[in-house]
Amino acid sequence: MQIEAIIQKCHDSIGSCVDFIRDFCIQLRSIHLDHLEKKWISIALLVVALLVAIITIDAFFHGVNPPSKVETIDSAKLHLSKEFAESNLGVQLDANGDIVVRMVAGRYSFFPKHIAVPAETKITFRWVSMDVLHGVHIPMTNMSTMIVPGYVAEITTSFPKPGEYPVLCNEYCGLGHNHMWSNISVIAKEDWIASSSIAAAKKESNNE
Amino acid sequence: MNDAAERKLALSHLWVAFIAFIVACFMGEYQVLERSGLIPALDSPTVYFASVSTHGVLMGFVLTTFFIMGFGYYTATTSLKVPVWNNTLAWSGFWISLLGTVMAAIPLLTGNASVLYTFYLPIQAHVAFYFGATLLIVGSWIWCGIMVVMFKQWKQANPKQPVPLAMFATTANALLWLWTSAGVAVEVLFQAIPLALGWIDTVDAGLARTLFAWTLHPIVYFWLIPAYTAFYVFVPKQAGGFLFSDEAARGAFIVLAVFSLPIGFHHLYMDPEQAKGWKLLHGIGTFVVSIPTLVTGFTVIASLEIAGRLRGGKGLFGWIGSLPWSNSMVLSAILSLLMLILGGFGGIINASYAMNAMIHNTAWVPGHFHLIFAGTTVIMYFAIAYYLWPMLVQKPLFSNSMALIQLWTWFIGMGILTTPWHVLGLLGQPRRISSVVYNTLLTLAWKPYELAMIFGGLILLGSACLFIYNLAKTQLNPAPTEAFTQQIEYAESIHPVKELPEYLNDFKLWNRVIAVLMLISFGVPILQFFFMNTFGSPGWGY
Repeated sequence: MQIEAIIQKCHDSIGSCVDFIRDFCIQLRSIHLDHLEKKWISIALLVVALLVAIITIDAFFHGVNPPSKVETIDSAKLHLSKEFAESNLGVQLDANGDIVVRMVAGRYSFFPKHIAVPAETKITFRWVSMDVLHGVHIPMTNMSTMIVPGYVAEITTSFPKPGEYPVLCNEYCGLGHNHMWSNISVIAKEDWIASSSIAAAKKESNNE
Repeated sequence: MNDAAERKLALSHLWVAFIAFIVACFMGEYQVLERSGLIPALDSPTVYFASVSTHGVLMGFVLTTFFIMGFGYYTATTSLKVPVWNNTLAWSGFWISLLGTVMAAIPLLTGNASVLYTFYLPIQAHVAFYFGATLLIVGSWIWCGIMVVMFKQWKQANPKQPVPLAMFATTANALLWLWTSAGVAVEVLFQAIPLALGWIDTVDAGLARTLFAWTLHPIVYFWLIPAYTAFYVFVPKQAGGFLFSDEAARGAFIVLAVFSLPIGFHHLYMDPEQAKGWKLLHGIGTFVVSIPTLVTGFTVIASLEIAGRLRGGKGLFGWIGSLPWSNSMVLSAILSLLMLILGGFGGIINASYAMNAMIHNTAWVPGHFHLIFAGTTVIMYFAIAYYLWPMLVQKPLFSNSMALIQLWTWFIGMGILTTPWHVLGLLGQPRRISSVVYNTLLTLAWKPYELAMIFGGLILLGSACLFIYNLAKTQLNPAPTEAFTQQIEYAESIHPVKELPEYLNDFKLWNRVIAVLMLISFGVPILQFFFMNTFGSPGWGY
């Protein structure tokens, strides 16, 4: 009994929705629009549909997305966290052999102040702020993200061309903002492997 | 109809707007000069960031809000042919907004609110700045209320009649602003002020940015709608022709109001606190909102073509030459459209979900919004001022040729200022720096562009002074001996509308559509902050 009443209600509301849409379409057709205007609106819609299609396909099938990993962290306790403790910052190889770079932004520098990474290699950056809003951009590359206190900004990219690049803070963070920058060396892949294995060997010999 | 009360109301608002404008213009020129490093004695981040914060607030909040209120009152009264509803309330709105402006200006000018116009929590300004900004917005809400009441009263008195297009557009803007300002109002009332007063210890910077993004995109359409209104309701008549399509204009205003709201995340593409799906959704909406602008471009150019041909222009392009280029409204519309085409192209790049990474927070962005706001939009504010001023003060304009020179120099100056600005962005220069201290070869490429910007800024400053001089001179001139009879003329449509379907003549349906779209696009992204394990930030100085 009750169920029937509910079904009847659903029918009614769907019916009124359909009526509304039908009514809306009739009204839409009744307004006067010049045929040239209609053509232009169609062209505009097509252009916009094309642009949206390119972006959507790139996002879904090629994984072209802006940095969007929603991950929180206590910015006041970075030094106590394991991941962003001072000894753990900079370039590291993770268990899968992928390169992960952990960086802390704070007024007014990026820490560590200088890092070296290989060219043409997938690199995952994890940026955190220890105080206010920052942003980081390495000009002429895709390495750009906001660094919001309370969140980890993760971005994966690669640098096609070796060279010395500045790392610039691109978000106002206080009166010393101009001075907030550091350096990154992008080294040819084969040289980087050589230098990192030397470093690893040195570390090992030191440990001995 | 004796509209002395309305004229005084409109004039007072417009003067506050333009005084804010000229002060901010001087600051703008100082900023390009300081930033270039040409005069080492000027170098001071303290003064620069105080100046850039004030420049942004004056241009983005004071010029626009007061201009829109003054223009709105006069449009409402002249298009509906009724007095402004509740004059006392309108004046109280004016005084509240003015009090707010002064209250915000004191900490800004003394360097106690160098947080730029986008607030930047968890950096804190002096609490007076937040109260001032709130009062400015509260005053503008009174204007919104008056516009909505006048719209409704007119509809009741004239059932089934189409609301005049000028009033339809103004009401669309009033509703848009009520929706738009809610985001920043929540941020200020629940985050900025409690933090500044010490009622709460921490704020979530991610939530603050999300709330500001609610406001940050539609606010530019709030600024732009008066320019589009002039395109539709003044330009065709001033060019000597007719509006190509009244219905298309209404459709454009509706889509602008509806779709400029649920798309603010294109300001957060590079942010870590929102997920990619939401960003993509807002990104698609951003492209949708380009449609009403494309339609506006078409309708306005078609209206100009009709005028050009009526004036004897022949051939595919002959009508362009026969347009009345010496009419300040027509000239502004042409220059405005040219800047809109270039600025719109840049905007599509900014809106592009992934390409945005290339230009995010670089000098490209202020280059873009100066072109599209200070160029496309503000040049139409000039045109409206030149058109209305004689009627507001009941005296002929002091000099039309000075107005034409002013408009041309504004256009040329804007080209010289913003082209190098865009290039600097592509060369990687960040936007919000007061001087270049990076010790890297890259900065050598920036120098010539910075110098060109000083020159562009200088032309703009001269142009702005001419504008103020012309308006002041018009008002201060002795009254003409014969009575001043010029009346405001609204363009007629080729096919005058006799009746309209209700959805093109009212906003009830569209308010519901906006509510649903806002719920979809901002519901989960805002609620997530209350379900995630988030960590707030304490307030910081700067």
